[in-house]
Formats: sequence, structure tokens, C-alpha cells
Amino acid sequence: MSLLEVRGLNVSYGGIKAVRGIDLEIAAGELVCLIGANGAGKTTTLKALARLLPAHGKIFYQGKSIAQTPVFDLVRKGIALVPEGRGIFGRLSVEENLLMGAYSRKDTPAIRHDLEKNYQLFPRLFERKTQQAGTLSGGEQQMLAIGRALMSRPRLLLLDEPSMGLAPLMVNKIFETIRTISAEGVTILLVEQNAKLALEASHRAYVMEGGTVCLSGESAKLLHDPQVRHAYLGE
Amino acid sequence: MDIFLQQLINGLVLGSVYALIALGYTMVYGILELINFAHGEVVMIGAMVTLAVVNMLMASGVDIPGIMIVATGLLVAIAVCMALGFAIERIAYRPLRKAPRLAPLITAIGVSIVLQNVAMIIWGRQYISFPPILPMTRHDIGGAGITDLQIFIFVLALVLMAGLVLLVKKTRIGRAMRATAQAPEIAGLMGVNVNAVISFTFILGSALAAVAGLMVSAYYGIAHYYMGFLLGLKAFTAAVLGGIGNIAGAMLGGLLLGVIESMAAGYIGDITGGFLGSHYQDVFAFFVLIGVLVFRPSGLLGERVAERA
Repeated sequence: MSLLEVRGLNVSYGGIKAVRGIDLEIAAGELVCLIGANGAGKTTTLKALARLLPAHGKIFYQGKSIAQTPVFDLVRKGIALVPEGRGIFGRLSVEENLLMGAYSRKDTPAIRHDLEKNYQLFPRLFERKTQQAGTLSGGEQQMLAIGRALMSRPRLLLLDEPSMGLAPLMVNKIFETIRTISAEGVTILLVEQNAKLALEASHRAYVMEGGTVCLSGESAKLLHDPQVRHAYLGE
Repeated sequence: MDIFLQQLINGLVLGSVYALIALGYTMVYGILELINFAHGEVVMIGAMVTLAVVNMLMASGVDIPGIMIVATGLLVAIAVCMALGFAIERIAYRPLRKAPRLAPLITAIGVSIVLQNVAMIIWGRQYISFPPILPMTRHDIGGAGITDLQIFIFVLALVLMAGLVLLVKKTRIGRAMRATAQAPEIAGLMGVNVNAVISFTFILGSALAAVAGLMVSAYYGIAHYYMGFLLGLKAFTAAVLGGIGNIAGAMLGGLLLGVIESMAAGYIGDITGGFLGSHYQDVFAFFVLIGVLVFRPSGLLGERVAERA
């Protein structure tokens, strides 16, 4: 059974249909990416899944519909979103940001343990744990946003454009981290503009265009698909 | 008698009450960017309920110490004001959450008028006096006097403010309040029930308002259905002076405004050669408000006025 199953998802913004009836399916443990040009509807899809945008269609998580679940309940069910633009709390300290990620949990000792684990994964965050998060660099903020999402112990992690606006070295570091998280068994849905990196990192991919899924399949195959290479990898 | 020291004491006591009320304005503004103009009326209701309970207990002739009578009245007032704060947000502001900002502001003024009139219907137009059941012993310090009541007001206000700072800085709900103030949508993603946090903020501010209501009515010895208007405006001024949305700013602004007012009242007679007297006290708060809005609209501790405009 798939962890996440989406059937006929439609999202409209003020009269414009941004997502037109797409189907997605993600099995537990998979790393699936959603690629496509600017404005193809990738971020809109992710936001609709996180219930930040009103949508029509069926969304099943662990076999149950979550189409009516309020946003703040999703994280308790195991779904965490790392939003586009990171969305950290700039005037909270780094550690407070991480603790906000664990807001839905009450198991204090385990939260402490996960905090330490996060600091091991991102030593830079440990160095800056008392600093206001707004003073971090873009890459550090992205680490914080991912670390914060991990603090909820998600089963399904939704990542929105984690490489956006980052220097190449930092992008590599972030993708390395994404692979590590995936290897630990967290299911990941990754939205990314950098199609090459996303396809290299993921098991499967959906290619979006004009609000619909125009292509899908194993990432390794798509990476060598001449059509994909031409349209999304600039060859 | 040392006028300076005396006015400083009076100003700090009055200012600590302003600070408690200003906190209610600033916390709500921090989260909703709404000036809750009905907050002064919550203070008034706090004072009225305290007095109603106190007078009822006095009339019933029960034999308990004055302090206990007042404490009972205060507890009832806190409960009533908490429920009132919750209801105001739920009924008047929440339906307008997505409306243009002017709509909830006008609604706030409307709520304020409704509460004044309800209070007038229940308790009448006359001034209600606070029975002399609290210890009023005067202590002499350095040529100035301070009463038991003043000490009590000041210390209780400081304790409540310290408690609030701890709550906001150190607890889970405090962290959720700050996160919601900065980015409600993201806070929701973290599992924060934003509506519950907003309700909590109103309840908390209203509890402080109830305590302030008791303090004001005990200090001046009277309560009146219209008392919340001026108090609310002054506390709002204090919040703006400190930097609205900023908790430390509300405390600083409250204390500062109290001292400015009381100093001005103490010296205006001398300065104007007796032409203006201390009954002009209320004017100074608004001089301060105008001055802040002209010269430093973000207030003393506020910096980020345009951040989420």
C-alpha cells in the first residue's frame, strides 16, 4: 500500500487553475521528486498536500483521507513540510526553531535526543544554537528548516525547492543530507527546479507541465530520456 | 516633603498599572496586528465585577478580613474577564480575520461602546466607591510617603510582569505565541493550533486587565462605567511609546508614562506660576503619544514597523 496517494487533485488560485487533476503515488521509504519548469504547479501541489491551499480531489495518507484534516493536525500524523523560502522563525533562536519542530510531541527525553541528533547532522546549527535564526546564512537557514521538520519525526517529508538561492557547494551539502534522511527510512517528496540533481537523488520522478503530470517513471530512466534531457536538463 | 521622590513613587505605581494594561494591547497586536480598543473596557469590567462582589460580601455581613474579600472579588473578576476576552475575539474579531484591517479596528471601537453601555445598564451611571477595607498605612521614605496599597500594587504588577516574561520566553505555549506572531502559517505547519493560541493570548491579556481593574479602582477609590476609555487610551499610548508588539516595550512604556504623567502633574503648577494645575495630568499622556508618533513611530524598543505591513 502506498503511503501517499493522490487522485484527481485540482487547485485554483483566484480563477486560474494551477493544478489540473493530477495523480501521485508514493510508497513508504521512497524518495520521489516532482520536477518541471517555473509555474508548472509543483509548489502549488505541495502546498495543497500540506493543506495550505484549498484543493479538490482525493488525498489518502496511510489509506485514510486527509483532504479535510486541519493543517496543525498533519504533523501529528507524520507529515512535515519544509516550505519554499524556508519559513524559519527569524526572531526565535536556532534551538527554539528546532523545538518548534517538535511542538506536537510531548516525549521530552526523546526530543532532547533528536535535538542532539540534529546537531550531529548539522554541526553548524550547534555552533549557532543560541543565535537568532534570522541572522543565519541562506544555506544555514535551509539546514535549520530541514532540521526543524525532522524534529517532528516525520514519516513523510515534503521538501519545497531546498536548493533555491543557495551556492553550489551548499546545494551539494543539502542534497547529501536529503539522501541521508532518505536512507534512514523517511519517505520524501521533493519539489525541485534543479532537475538533474533531483533525478540523480531520487528513486522515481513526476514531471509537471502546465498543471498536469506529463511524464513519470524511474529517475534513472528519465535521466537518460532524450525528451527530458532536452527540455529540463538543457541539452 | 520631597515632591520629586513623591511623584516618582506615585508615577511608578500608576505606571505599573498602565504596563499591565499595555501588555494586553501589545500581545494582541503582536499576533493579529489589531489594536484591540475594547481592552480598556475589559479593565473596567474587571473593576466593576470586583467591586460588585466586594460590596455583596460586605452587605452579606460575613466576617472575613478585608483582604480576603478583595481577593475573592478579584478572582471572580479574573474569571469573568477571561471569559469576556475569549468571547470578544471569538464573536467580534475572528469572523473578520481576513477582512481589511480597518474592519476589525472599527469593530473594536464598537465592542468598546457595547461594553460601556452594558456596564452602565448593570451598574448605573454613578460612581461606585471602593469600601475602605484595604490597609492604607503610610510609610515614610526619604521625605516621601508610600502606602501599603501602593506597595501592593507595584509589587504585584512586577510579579505578574515577570511571570508573563517567563511564560513567553521559556514555555512551550510562549514559544508558540512568538512563532505565531512571526509567521502564523508556518506555526500551523509545526502543529500549532493558531486559533487556540490567539484565544489564549486574549484570555491572558484579559486576566491581566482584571487585575489592573482592581488596582485602579482601589487606588482611586472609585469605579465608573466610563473609566475604561481613558485608561485604555493611556495604556495604548504606553504600548506605542515602548514599541507596540514588543512585550518589554509595553512594560517600559507603562512605567515611563506613569512617571512622566506624575512628574508633569507635580511640577506644572510651579512652572506655569499656578496658571495650570495638576488636573491637567491627563493631557501629558497624549503629548507623549503625539511626540512618539511624530518622532519615533516604532517606539522606544520597536524596530520593525514595516516588516509585515
